[in-house]
Amino acid sequence: MASYLLRRLLAALPSLLAISLILFTVLALAPGDPFGELAQNPVIPPEVRAALRAQFGLDDPLLVRYFHWLGAMVQGDWGFSFANRVNVDALILQRLPTTLYVVGSAQVLALMVALPVGILAAIRPYSIFDQIANTFAFVGFSLPTFFTGLLLIMVFSIRLDWLPFVYRSDLSSTGFMWMWEQLKQSIMPIAVLGLFQAASYTRYVRSAMLDVVGMDYVTTARAKGLRERTVVIGHAARNAMIPVVTLVALQMPHVFGGAIVTEEIFRVPGIGSLLINSILASDTPVVMAITFVFACLVILFNLIADLLYGFLDPRISFH
Amino acid sequence: MMKEAQLRDMIARVRGGSLSRRAFIQRVGALGLAAPLAGQLLSWHGVSMAAPAPEPLPANAQRGGPLRLLSWQGPTLLNPHFAIGSKDQEASRVFYEPLAGWDPEGRLLPILAAEVPSVENGSVSPDATSVTWKLKPNVKWHDGHPFTADDVVFNWQYASDPSTATITIGSYKDAHVEKVDDLTVRVSFDKSTPFWADAFVGVIGLIIPKHLFEQYKGPKSREAPGNLKPVGTGPYRFVEFRPGDVLKAERNPDYHMPGRPYFDTLEIKGGGDAVSAARAVLQTGEYDYAWNMLVEDTLLKRMEISGQGTLEIIYGGNIEFIQLNPTDPRKEVDGERSSIKTAHPLFSDPAVRQAMSMLIDRKSIQKYIYGRLGRPVRNFINAPERFVSHNIPIEYSLDKANAILDKAGWKRGADGVREKDGKRLTLLFQTSINAPRQKTQAVIKQACREAGIEIELKSINASVYFSADLANPESNTKFYADMQMYTQSMTEPDPQKFLTQFVSWEVASKANGWQGRNVLRWRNEKFDALFNEASREIDPVRRAAIYIEMNDLVVGGNNLQPLLHRAAVSARNNKITPFLSGWDNSLWRLPDWYRTA
Repeated sequence: MASYLLRRLLAALPSLLAISLILFTVLALAPGDPFGELAQNPVIPPEVRAALRAQFGLDDPLLVRYFHWLGAMVQGDWGFSFANRVNVDALILQRLPTTLYVVGSAQVLALMVALPVGILAAIRPYSIFDQIANTFAFVGFSLPTFFTGLLLIMVFSIRLDWLPFVYRSDLSSTGFMWMWEQLKQSIMPIAVLGLFQAASYTRYVRSAMLDVVGMDYVTTARAKGLRERTVVIGHAARNAMIPVVTLVALQMPHVFGGAIVTEEIFRVPGIGSLLINSILASDTPVVMAITFVFACLVILFNLIADLLYGFLDPRISFH
Repeated sequence: MMKEAQLRDMIARVRGGSLSRRAFIQRVGALGLAAPLAGQLLSWHGVSMAAPAPEPLPANAQRGGPLRLLSWQGPTLLNPHFAIGSKDQEASRVFYEPLAGWDPEGRLLPILAAEVPSVENGSVSPDATSVTWKLKPNVKWHDGHPFTADDVVFNWQYASDPSTATITIGSYKDAHVEKVDDLTVRVSFDKSTPFWADAFVGVIGLIIPKHLFEQYKGPKSREAPGNLKPVGTGPYRFVEFRPGDVLKAERNPDYHMPGRPYFDTLEIKGGGDAVSAARAVLQTGEYDYAWNMLVEDTLLKRMEISGQGTLEIIYGGNIEFIQLNPTDPRKEVDGERSSIKTAHPLFSDPAVRQAMSMLIDRKSIQKYIYGRLGRPVRNFINAPERFVSHNIPIEYSLDKANAILDKAGWKRGADGVREKDGKRLTLLFQTSINAPRQKTQAVIKQACREAGIEIELKSINASVYFSADLANPESNTKFYADMQMYTQSMTEPDPQKFLTQFVSWEVASKANGWQGRNVLRWRNEKFDALFNEASREIDPVRRAAIYIEMNDLVVGGNNLQPLLHRAAVSARNNKITPFLSGWDNSLWRLPDWYRTA
């Protein structure tokens, strides 16, 4: 197990290097200039833009810039934002808690809905409950978040005036009031994200469950006289969870990466909105940092998913 | 020169009292001059350019409470000398102040200055080579340090140092600033500068404290903690800033205008898009004021019906125009297209350009696409909304365009597209992706088709179209198309720098990395000569007359087709009274904003 882990971690290094080089090259080749706005303004002399480009090292050759970045990253320096003139790590840390809270809660909500619904639907396939669950999953899966988000805003904020649609990371109230306001402002974004995710999870859980419920060991467990509950949860669901775990593990990096569309709609100051605004402003150090950390997390969670298989199904061993 | 005589006559009448100041600015605006310049003209002739003092607070006003502002393009930094976009300039204005600000009529309102300098009170030298500013006494920075002449001098040193790389350098590099005493500074210029109210005034004039930025002049400028934690003289003090998300401030109890400001706290929230920002102010009232409502007017009208808020429409120096390329975008010469070594095969015929000017239905474009958010114009330099000329003809006529093309020998082919000497009238028209622009393109395409001109439309993502990197063939500065449409903003009240975009030595080309300001590639010897003359001219009246002539030259050539004077549109809650100006930040009079019950 330990040697497996070590091997996987060592194998991850070259992939991370390759990813970082590709990301860096693509960003450097992409059109856009962080100081392009200066070039359009006749009042600002071109020397200012030249001085800024020199100050931020934009005039060096691509490879020199890449190794500068890599060297700094290894030492824990994530770079300096062109647009905000602050260190990138400070910027990301400021946004991280909100994203973890909103996207994380949405994932929890999605699992809380998808697991029971998917399992129940699968043990009584083609029943009324299954039909309804399937329909809702299909509808939820087909409606994009920018549509459901606007719909909720129209109904709950504009028509009914119950919920605010501007998310604030700086609520001034304390104690119980803070919790109440926090709940009120996060219901809509969490519901939009969570239910969308739940729809796709439900379909996976259901089909994974359907594959197992007909298996001989499930019939054997029933024949032994085990309670239905034990059969479903302990024998069927546990084995059905392997593909679901892969899916959920691959979704986990998004908890860090944020949800671009939903964050923009509700003005949730998370990583997703930081990423999209940095892309629009050609703020490459921020884009680079977020995408690279995202790549690291994808690799990490892949590894975690692989390790979890062994726990769920002891027949899988690590060599 | 007729126009010069006309101007002198009008100024004499203002002095004599037979012409109101407002009527003067209106008429000068009709000739193509901006309000601040008109104010300067009057001040030169002994008519004060000081704005009247702010009115006292009305009886139904409330004190205290929060002021909640929404800027969907969230502020990212708070140093006014680095503030690139208006989002950062507005956010800086909460904390920092200039010596004086520009009111909507182009007059100066003293803020950190004790009075507005003028020739009569002796603080502007008669040859316009120096101006002396008296500072307001007993002004304190938020940390308790006194504000003095040293701070003003330091801002000049800081901004004019090229290694600091400030955005404001253009307004400071040609000036010399010296301290006369603790509350007096003298700004002097190498040559006569009739437009002296540039450094330390308005958007570019915000003053940062010497004691906190002294160590961070030059290449170290980006390390200054004050870039993100401002300590200013303004009406509100800094509390918290999360770049791109939220900026919080609280009332400055020691503000130099007694009794002001009127709110306890101030918040600028960023993020999201313009439509939902409009909603948060006009429909739900979650926010009190929101900037930059780039939303279609029909949608805004629908939101206004709910009765929570209204729009504020302010005209400054934003002009939307169409450029007709005088060079050939299809022929490559020395590694660049649209090179001035070539001539456009179609637009080199003046008849085609003239016909084009009549095929742009400016009035319909305004009425059906931009609504209240723009006014049709034919001038390049435009004064505030109420001063826009009605004398300058805006002509839209299919018949005339057809007649002009027929007369010039462009004959319709079998498919209805005109031809002459084997050249088809087919044009590529590019702009950025933006709903009103695509609609405008379609309107023009339709009119052109009826006149036998075929137009191919192209729309490019704004961040690509306006980017300045060398490898990008789709940027507006490369202009690899026959026609293109975008907006330019005259950020300074004086047109001298703005007009560099038409002088021949500024043509954007491969040689200057397409950094030249003259994107249109239009060249005219007379214009060049007038430009040089204006930069040397001391007499502001003569100078103004020259600008009017330059404006007529550019517009008369028909390579530049001004389309709309675009408004800065913001939304406000009905209970909030803001004070806005098209020539300064929206927050230029933030201490006076109040809420009524």
